[in-house]
Amino acid sequence: MKVLYFAWLRQKVGRGEETVEAPSSVRTVGDLAAWLGARGGGYADAFADLKRLRAAVNQEYGDFSVAVKAGDEVAFFPPVTGG
Amino acid sequence: MIRVQSEDFDPGVEIGRFQREDVGAIVSFTGVVRGESHGERLVSMTLEHFPGMTERELERIAVEARTRWSLQGVSVVHRVGELRPGERIVLVVTAAAHRQAAFEAAEFLMDYLKTRAPFWKRELRASGEYWVEARSSDDEAAARWSR
Repeated sequence: MKVLYFAWLRQKVGRGEETVEAPSSVRTVGDLAAWLGARGGGYADAFADLKRLRAAVNQEYGDFSVAVKAGDEVAFFPPVTGG
Repeated sequence: MIRVQSEDFDPGVEIGRFQREDVGAIVSFTGVVRGESHGERLVSMTLEHFPGMTERELERIAVEARTRWSLQGVSVVHRVGELRPGERIVLVVTAAAHRQAAFEAAEFLMDYLKTRAPFWKRELRASGEYWVEARSSDDEAAARWSR
């Protein structure tokens, strides 16, 4: 699946997007966040506090219980601050 | 009309698009970059967005406004990229037969835009770079429109 990062998550992770091959145990947005965080380094820092993060699956907001599958585009970002 | 762009916009031109005899009221809101933040001089503000999703969310918010109020037109223009103090960031224009719908819809659009549209602000101040934190007061402002 494709993973996108915005704002300070992008800075901590060090990239704006990447394609990942997540194991079959990754079934939800929360599973994916935990799996990415376990990579350590900037990822661990970015995903240290999931309460500070929001997510979108295929450009639709979703909470961390939303299911993800191969081919999905999952975005992680902080709460929005436009306007 | 929904636009996300790095270029500036002309509020007069955007307002003028709705001036016609069946529109009795045109309300506009223009957001401007303040020159001060957290007691410091702001050097610049950089706006990042989620191309595709941002436009879709703005479109969705505009559709929601049109279902709640009888509107003849809605425009949202939001800038991205690096902006200086005093520059325009965002414009919302609503057009309706009567002013109440136009006023309320403009306020609703801004409240929803602030909490729903995927934009992120980064400030450059004298002491460094800071990502702007989401404000609970913005969530509360948006929540009052919930039915």
